[in-house]
Amino acid sequence: MREALEGSQAIARAVALCDPDVIAAYPITPQTHIVENISKLVAEGDLHTEFVSVESEFSAASVALGAAATGARAYTATASQGVLLMAEVLFNIAGMRLPMVMTVANRAVSAPLSIWNDHADSMAVRDAGWIQLHATSNQEAVDTTIQAFRITQDTELPVMVCMDGFILTHTLEPIDLPSHEDVRAWLPPLEFDRKLDPADPKSMGMLVTPDFFPEVRHSHHSAMQKALATIEQADADFESAFGRASGGLLTVEGDPEAKIGLVAMGSTVGTMRAGMAHFQAEAGPARLINLRAYRPFPSQALRDAVRGLDHLIVIDRAISPGLGGILGSEVAAVLSSAPDAPRILNVALGLGGRDIPETLYPDLLAAVRDPDAPAFSVFDADLKKLAPEDR
Amino acid sequence: MVDDARLADLRRKFGRAPAAPSEPAPAKRTPREAQPRFRGLESGHRACQGCGEALAARLVVECAGPDVMIANATGCLEVFTTAWPESAWRVPWAHSLFENAAAVASGMEAAMKAKGRNTKVLAFGGDGGTYDIGFQALSGMLERYHNVLYVCYDNEAYMNTGIQRSSSTPHAATTTTSPAGKERMGKRHLKKDLLSIIAAHHIPYTASASVAFPQDLQRKVRHAMGIDGPAFLVVHSPCPLGWRHDSRLTIDVARKAVECGLFPLVELERGALTNVMPIREVRPVADYLKPQGRFAHLFSDDVRAQEERDHLQALADYNIQVYGLTGEGQDPADTGGAAAVGRSGRAPRGNDGAARRVS
Ligand SMILES: Cc1ncc(C[n+]2csc(CCOP(=O)(O)OP(=O)(O)O)c2C)c(N)n1
Ligand code: SF4
Ligand SMILES: [Mg+2]
Repeated sequence: MREALEGSQAIARAVALCDPDVIAAYPITPQTHIVENISKLVAEGDLHTEFVSVESEFSAASVALGAAATGARAYTATASQGVLLMAEVLFNIAGMRLPMVMTVANRAVSAPLSIWNDHADSMAVRDAGWIQLHATSNQEAVDTTIQAFRITQDTELPVMVCMDGFILTHTLEPIDLPSHEDVRAWLPPLEFDRKLDPADPKSMGMLVTPDFFPEVRHSHHSAMQKALATIEQADADFESAFGRASGGLLTVEGDPEAKIGLVAMGSTVGTMRAGMAHFQAEAGPARLINLRAYRPFPSQALRDAVRGLDHLIVIDRAISPGLGGILGSEVAAVLSSAPDAPRILNVALGLGGRDIPETLYPDLLAAVRDPDAPAFSVFDADLKKLAPEDR
Repeated sequence: MVDDARLADLRRKFGRAPAAPSEPAPAKRTPREAQPRFRGLESGHRACQGCGEALAARLVVECAGPDVMIANATGCLEVFTTAWPESAWRVPWAHSLFENAAAVASGMEAAMKAKGRNTKVLAFGGDGGTYDIGFQALSGMLERYHNVLYVCYDNEAYMNTGIQRSSSTPHAATTTTSPAGKERMGKRHLKKDLLSIIAAHHIPYTASASVAFPQDLQRKVRHAMGIDGPAFLVVHSPCPLGWRHDSRLTIDVARKAVECGLFPLVELERGALTNVMPIREVRPVADYLKPQGRFAHLFSDDVRAQEERDHLQALADYNIQVYGLTGEGQDPADTGGAAAVGRSGRAPRGNDGAARRVS
């Protein structure tokens, strides 16, 4: 049934459909409505879960960790400073290979203080060892949340579902929420065979000497690579059960003969899609790649997706100061081994919630054709606002 | 390098593959193995000789297990009991981080509730993981009223990282970050009064215990295990390495800490003092300080040495006074007093009974 729901509310309802045993969360803009809606579902008796309203994000992640260690289905959600406060625990959860799901309502990281959207938060923990999936719409965020619970138990890797703060979390969209029965039929109960259990006592999270540490990291990396197939499979299964997919590892749209391509993640994909539709005549043909899986990075799928392109615009919503765009650098690294790899124009857009109008689309395509365009720029920065020495 | 045969053996024992059919019983059992009691923390771990923390943890788990699970903070206890693929734990046990044992335990407990299971959750932390870096998570756990017994093994410094001061380090004690020198007489600040802070959460049960009084310690653990809600126990656990005393003196030193009044053994319920272990014969603080190298600078000719000793004596006198440790006006039939307990921890008559109330 389709209902008009705010993104956060839809996420709360989607989480409830997955029967989590334990939810722990701490409020932070723009994730707050998710926690509030979960609290409401619990208070109304519509969600039977142990909801632990903790004193910090650090404890939110730790509570979820403790719950997951016992074989419980655990969930948390946060954003921005919360992601950073959780950082130590996030690495720990992944290193312990504990299944759980977390929503990140992507927001810039302070300073300067900004409550608005960019991807600096989830990017800051990209090496934590979590699966990171991005949603381009609220429907995808809902469906990806349900899929995430399946992916996490199939891979024993924690899954982060990233959705752009405000742009998605605070937007009302018609959402098709599957029924509880259908989700229960699709999502098998969590069986975690390493769980803490007095009947079969195990030690977990132990000190590991150099004798074994590289093997642990290797197996984590290899589990992440195997997860590529699991993510695709979960989306395909979801599509056969519910009639719609969320983008697998990545999707490609636009003109297959185009010589210019764009790569983006999250809601920017929708903006670029609109730009492409409106400005096709003046901007010329293009191919749009929506990167849904950021970790594990779908390197081969990306190499296939860019085949035939002369130019590739990589849109970043976070930067690594002193290097440039993070996604741009990674795409360049992955394509370096591809024959006839396209020339990359890496742009950062929409940092700290700067609006990305679709009218930017023709400017981006023009920049690609400009031989003097810098390989990386904060494309929408108005340098006139800076003192000359800061430009 | 890793010995392949040993690795195969460990894999078989601890790996994911099903274990081999039950191992043949060892021909001769060690005295520990022959003991009928539950052994949750096995021997063979890597603690230093005379480690108070190892002893305390064994006593706690022995009496709390086997239907428990433990969230353990980073610290000596975590490190000396593990190193994959070996573990000294015979109860489900998880280590996550230094500062989140209370939160991890909260999650375990929430999961037990969600699944309708009764397994009691324990959280273990050192003084660093409890008084300092894990303090916020602990306060949150107590406030949210999780059914968890939190045990702090208080060895009064960060031992795992090589003896640095914590907020539990006593005044004037030397550590590697509070050394004595021309300008300093060891730690300049007081040991944090954690018990009062914990008690201010008005949780059902807050207590202190000592490895020198194992029966009293285990009685407190049993009491805490019966509580459906948060309980907090701090166990004074000498560290021969960090306190620089002879490793055979662990119990002796721990007992003197109680007998001089510097480490009072008390119980509080819902924030109110309900019981103390009375000291029959109060010892001078110097008796406690003397065997410990961390206080050696307090026995020099320096005038400041006498001042600091007086200061520590005053702190002990203060404890004796506020907790009524000399037992004045208390039940004369009580035999649980510090001086009445023998070296083995056994009292002349059973003191393993009801808590005595002081008004
Ligand atoms: C966030 C963080 N900071 C610092 C450390 C390093 N560290 C590990 S254990 C420890 C001290 C432990 O002291 P305590 O809790 O008193 O336990 P003990 O080893 O004395 O039993 C420190 C500082 C860490 N593991 N994590
Ligand atoms: S350093 Fe101290 S606390 Fe750590 S194992 Fe040795 S004696 Fe025990
Ligand atoms: Mg310590």
